[in-house]
Amino acid sequence: MHPVTTVHYLVLSAALLLIGTVGVLTRRNIVIILMSIELILNAVNINLVAFSHALGPDHVQGQVFAIFVITDAVAEAAVGLGILIALFRNKETVLADEIDLLKW
Amino acid sequence: MLDTVLFYIFGAMTLLGGILTITRRNAVHSAISLILSLLGVAGLYLLLHAEFLFAVQIVLYVGGIMVLFLFVIMLVNLDQAAKERQFNRQWLVALAAVAAVGAEVGYFLYRGKDAIHIAETTAATAVASVVGNTEQVADSLFSEYLLPFEVASLLLLVAVVGSVVMAKKRI
Repeated sequence: MHPVTTVHYLVLSAALLLIGTVGVLTRRNIVIILMSIELILNAVNINLVAFSHALGPDHVQGQVFAIFVITDAVAEAAVGLGILIALFRNKETVLADEIDLLKW
Repeated sequence: MLDTVLFYIFGAMTLLGGILTITRRNAVHSAISLILSLLGVAGLYLLLHAEFLFAVQIVLYVGGIMVLFLFVIMLVNLDQAAKERQFNRQWLVALAAVAAVGAEVGYFLYRGKDAIHIAETTAATAVASVVGNTEQVADSLFSEYLLPFEVASLLLLVAVVGSVVMAKKRI
């Protein structure tokens, strides 16, 4: 068996990123769109940590960046779900293509 | 050897969880699949010797964000949405676009895979440091990245206020 290299992690991360992108672009349910965004952010984190590992044991800058990405993900999820609740109270729907108030 | 087997197990968990997340009809099933995927990513962090991030991933993502998602799924009535069409009308175009991007990224990864080996030889020869991973991350976070750390606290404050304003019925 081949040893696991950085490229393995990069391929896995690219695959996860593409799965998340498909979710964002094709689903109608806003909750699942938000979950797909979490998938994309996790793909980015795998990349950062893999490169941090590849640079040697004394380089943890990539991991620190991953912590900042996680912070952003938390903030995004909180605000996004808040918006979703406000939206559901006013429009009674969670489907993204039924929210077309600004459509001319 | 064991590392390789574990990598493929955690990688399969991550990808399978991701695919199930975006294909399930029921949002609760999607959330459970997303937990599987996030646990796979946590295992990958462990394989990459990022023990602190492993703990953060489980406590924050699986324990925090996913509970938030499940609460909202329970609050918002999704039974109606589960009966309707799940994919929008542009799904074919979206799939084609993503396949094109995937082919491009795969091609560049294939072409550039030798460029990354330079960094890896230094990683193999470097001696393991005596201080733990959490200590190293804390050192870096509180010295090099102190300003971004403080800005992140401001971001979280804004997010807290913003989400309360959004979700509250009358302010």
